[in-house]
Amino acid sequence: MNGTVLDFEKPLVELERQIEDMRNFAVTENFEALTEEIRRLERKAERLRREIYSNLTRWQRVQIARHLQRPHTLDYIELMMSEFFELSGDRAFKDDKAVVAGLARLDGEPLMVIGHQKGRNTKENLMRNWGMANPDGYRKALRMMKLAEKFRMPVLSLIDTPGAYPGQGAEERGQAEAIARNIFEMGRLRVPIVVVIIGEGASGGALGIGVGDRILMMENAWYSVINPERCSTILWKEKDKAAARTPDCAEALQLIAPDLLRLGVIDRIIPEPVGGAHRDYQASANALKACVVEVFNELRDIPPQALIDARLEKFGQMGVFEEISDE
Amino acid sequence: MDWFKKPNQGPKPQKKRETPHGLWLKCEQCDAILNRLELERNLGVCSNPKCRYHFKIGHKEYIQLLLDPDSFEECDATLVSGDPLQFREKQRYPEYLKQYQERTGLLEAAVSGTGRVGNRPVCLALLDGAFLAGSMGSVVGEKVARSIQRSIKTHWPLIIVSTSGGARMQEGILSLMQMAKTSLWLTRLAEARVPYISILTNPTMAGVMASFASLGDITIAEPGAMMGFAGPRVIQQALGTELPSGFQTSEFFLEHGFVDQVIPRYELRAALMKILGFFPERE
Ligand SMILES: [Zn+2]
Repeated sequence: MNGTVLDFEKPLVELERQIEDMRNFAVTENFEALTEEIRRLERKAERLRREIYSNLTRWQRVQIARHLQRPHTLDYIELMMSEFFELSGDRAFKDDKAVVAGLARLDGEPLMVIGHQKGRNTKENLMRNWGMANPDGYRKALRMMKLAEKFRMPVLSLIDTPGAYPGQGAEERGQAEAIARNIFEMGRLRVPIVVVIIGEGASGGALGIGVGDRILMMENAWYSVINPERCSTILWKEKDKAAARTPDCAEALQLIAPDLLRLGVIDRIIPEPVGGAHRDYQASANALKACVVEVFNELRDIPPQALIDARLEKFGQMGVFEEISDE
Repeated sequence: MDWFKKPNQGPKPQKKRETPHGLWLKCEQCDAILNRLELERNLGVCSNPKCRYHFKIGHKEYIQLLLDPDSFEECDATLVSGDPLQFREKQRYPEYLKQYQERTGLLEAAVSGTGRVGNRPVCLALLDGAFLAGSMGSVVGEKVARSIQRSIKTHWPLIIVSTSGGARMQEGILSLMQMAKTSLWLTRLAEARVPYISILTNPTMAGVMASFASLGDITIAEPGAMMGFAGPRVIQQALGTELPSGFQTSEFFLEHGFVDQVIPRYELRAALMKILGFFPERE
């Protein structure tokens, strides 16, 4: 875990380690007198925990969303679904492993699940391309969505990407077209679609599997048109300045769950365990599952045409503008 | 006349530009010295037959060269951006907008309306690179969406002339959502079986390319225009080696199957008339 402690978590992690050491010592030495001291430190840790995590800046939340130990799509599938049968390939070019998909069973009901997949170490990330999909990944997702539509299965889409892959092959195979096509087809897919931003939701790469009837977001996820680093690089040409201003850009972009709820882009925030989803996989998966099941139940009996009409209405009203009167 | 303003330089005073004012200017591609008036007559295309570089031109020029004379009627001309994020990093967004409004005489990066091509009524939306690099925020999204709605209502074919650096960063997530808004309305245009011709001009990138610009029934591109999802510099950084010449141009995307034809500017109107002829007029 050492390499994955975030800067602002260090005092807490240090204290937790101290408590752990003391507890081990107390057990092996059968040293009762330490019990009171352990209790005192635990209270202190609890206070510190609340203090740190109730005042997170947007930039700190971005760090949590990117935490190496954060649960990813396949973790949630394993913890939420009673069955999963993975499906591969776009039937055109390849199987893009930055996107996973398959038939799953949630609360007894079959559904199609798709999602970006990140790795947890270099080897995994080379295979998963750090969760950055090529056009083939978007076309793989589209194939699964069409399959779901054909057999009237709802679709669950889990977003967790630092962006669509900016590569030569990606452009040759039409990254822009693949994303546009997915947005278009998700707009008229005649089955319920629930989208959850579980980690990072960067730009078109996220939206490429991000159109749905309900958009949910994990408490410490982020979702925006651009990541804070890139935003800062565009605004501030000098490298040092851009790095220094990145946290401010995260603030300016309004990219965390409460921002998006206020802006009308998401429907619900799914609470995470104190400290972030990586601190308790099962609790996170339980919260996600409860919310997704509830939302699918809301959508279940809506006729397909009403569903896609409401979907158009939902996205059609997004945006802020004024009509000035003619002078 | 300001046919050949360079749109992507930010709101700097016009006088600082290196391009000499007056009658002559240099071709950005072949370095030929061109007569400004002649260039205007050539619709902004370099007269060197081996070059034919297409200079960036504005929405007014496209209206002139595509539509029947005086047939354009603007709609939704009074839409202006809000400031949903209260974006203050480096510069206040409302002030930024104001600078561009004063400099370009435009309220936003898109102009929309109706017109005629060879007496055939059409709905038209055009992006203008002079305004914040044609970036798409709420107003551009709304104008494109309303243009699609007009096409659905009238059954008049939809023509969109795109040029854009992508989504409007200062409107954050809401600019991203314009990709969804415009694309979802296009599903209804498809259902109504009204043709949509997408014309891609230099440059059409990122959020605009990854939404309505890529969703035409027929897609036409001007020669040598840059287009794609990621910017070439970002790709080069990831790649570490030089990108092949001609990467992400119109011709590249024609070759890879994402554009139907690359057509020079001076033949666009004739091409439009020919295309529209295949789709009978509907009540
Ligand atoms: Zn030339």
